[in-house]
Amino acid sequence: MEMDPVLRVTNLTKVFDGVRAVDGISFEVSKGEIVGVLGPNGAGKTTTIAMILGLLTPTAGTIQVLGMSMPRDRQRILARVNFSSPYVAMPYNLTVLENLFVFAHLYEVDTPIQKIRELLELFNLSGLAHQLTGRLSSGEATRLGLVKALLNDPEILFLDEPTASLDPDAAEHVRETLLHIQRERGTTLVYTSHNMQEVERLSHRIIFLHRGRIIAEGPPREVLQRFRQETLEQLFLEVARTR
Amino acid sequence: MSARRIAGLLLRHLYLYRRSLTRMLEVAYWPVMDLLVWGFVSLYIAQVQAKLPVIIGFFLGAMIFWDIFYRAQQAIAISFLEDVWARNLINLFITPLSIGEFLTATMILGILKVLVTSLLLVVLALSLYHFNLFLLGLSLIPLVANLILTGWWVGILTTGLILRFGQGAESLAWALAFLLQPFSAVFYPLSVLPPSIRLVGWYLPTTHVFEGMRQVIAGGGLSLKHLAWATGLNALYLLAAMGIFQWAMAVARRLGLLLRVEG
Repeated sequence: MEMDPVLRVTNLTKVFDGVRAVDGISFEVSKGEIVGVLGPNGAGKTTTIAMILGLLTPTAGTIQVLGMSMPRDRQRILARVNFSSPYVAMPYNLTVLENLFVFAHLYEVDTPIQKIRELLELFNLSGLAHQLTGRLSSGEATRLGLVKALLNDPEILFLDEPTASLDPDAAEHVRETLLHIQRERGTTLVYTSHNMQEVERLSHRIIFLHRGRIIAEGPPREVLQRFRQETLEQLFLEVARTR
Repeated sequence: MSARRIAGLLLRHLYLYRRSLTRMLEVAYWPVMDLLVWGFVSLYIAQVQAKLPVIIGFFLGAMIFWDIFYRAQQAIAISFLEDVWARNLINLFITPLSIGEFLTATMILGILKVLVTSLLLVVLALSLYHFNLFLLGLSLIPLVANLILTGWWVGILTTGLILRFGQGAESLAWALAFLLQPFSAVFYPLSVLPPSIRLVGWYLPTTHVFEGMRQVIAGGGLSLKHLAWATGLNALYLLAAMGIFQWAMAVARRLGLLLRVEG
């Protein structure tokens, strides 16, 4: 794995009505790394990712993505990264193929039809190409979100609970596919999840957020040793209940 | 500015219209209903006051012109709301789509809707009431262009306000255009309005378009004064509306409204 930082966040702060949702955090992510961002609800995970994606303007601090500055180079950055969340829908009244065709245009994909077909096959959605998006099950919609997120071959893929609405079999398939993509293309994955076993298994490194601050950072094993816990689940519960 | 991204966003809306009978009806049904009602009212007035046949032209022309403005405005405001309702805004704003491309796509959609609606109305007005809008000749082009420009800035302003104040402000998508109607001298001349309100009307580009249209129908030719006022005001208000939209987007990014506007 190369160690060039593709993402560098420095003293990032976001204040909403006097409340510090993100409180001066700094971290780096290297090319090809899989980084799990953990923390209880309200820890600042979504706010941090929203700032990195340019959906939110930071109160203070800097964000460097692929050597460019967000928000100054917003368009150039967004052409090379992507995001998927089961909580963000695609237009329900368009078919799967239509939705993907629209986003392929927005990302200026060179051979959209071929790319869409490849990705639909990868996520076992080929048979649903002409289905209305609103008629997909939540698991199928989550996989469609992932297909959308891979249309532009992102160098960094941000994922918000990528397996949240999937049954164990589909979740395993998605994990395997993401790992395969990361290995094949060197894609950097930054993701949030409440599935601690999944985080422990997938992540090279975790960033544990609590009340807007980083309270632990490093490979999962090292973090567990530091906090004298057996599993990330135990660590999560300890942080959520006692701090 | 990327033509492909603009085409992509345009496709997103055209797909929707292709499949949705309700949305197709919105392009055809309401304008046709308006035309029928106003057309028959005009016929009635012409029968009882045979000396004023030109009123038919005033009413039908005004009705068709109002619809051109309204469809151009709706294309922008409703397109934005479609993405709010579909919870698709985040997906859109994490693509490289710029604000300019976003607005351009919806403005082109407005032109397409105006073309369909106005063609339908012109054909119906000709066949039902023998009113030929094309008799306005070349005068039609700058007047219609100005109506589309007004539709754009009202649409952009509406969208900016919805972005800033959330879904609670979505009724503005329908209401804001009608706020202009009483002051725009759509179905009556500006001189009918009381002097203080007349001043408000004078600073609306729509007033000059409708005054200009009546002058052309009455055989007075295209008034360059009204055309210049309409174009100048439209240019000014379009720039202001774009500024307000940029401001609304900056506030939305500062307050996290893009994450919340979808409710």
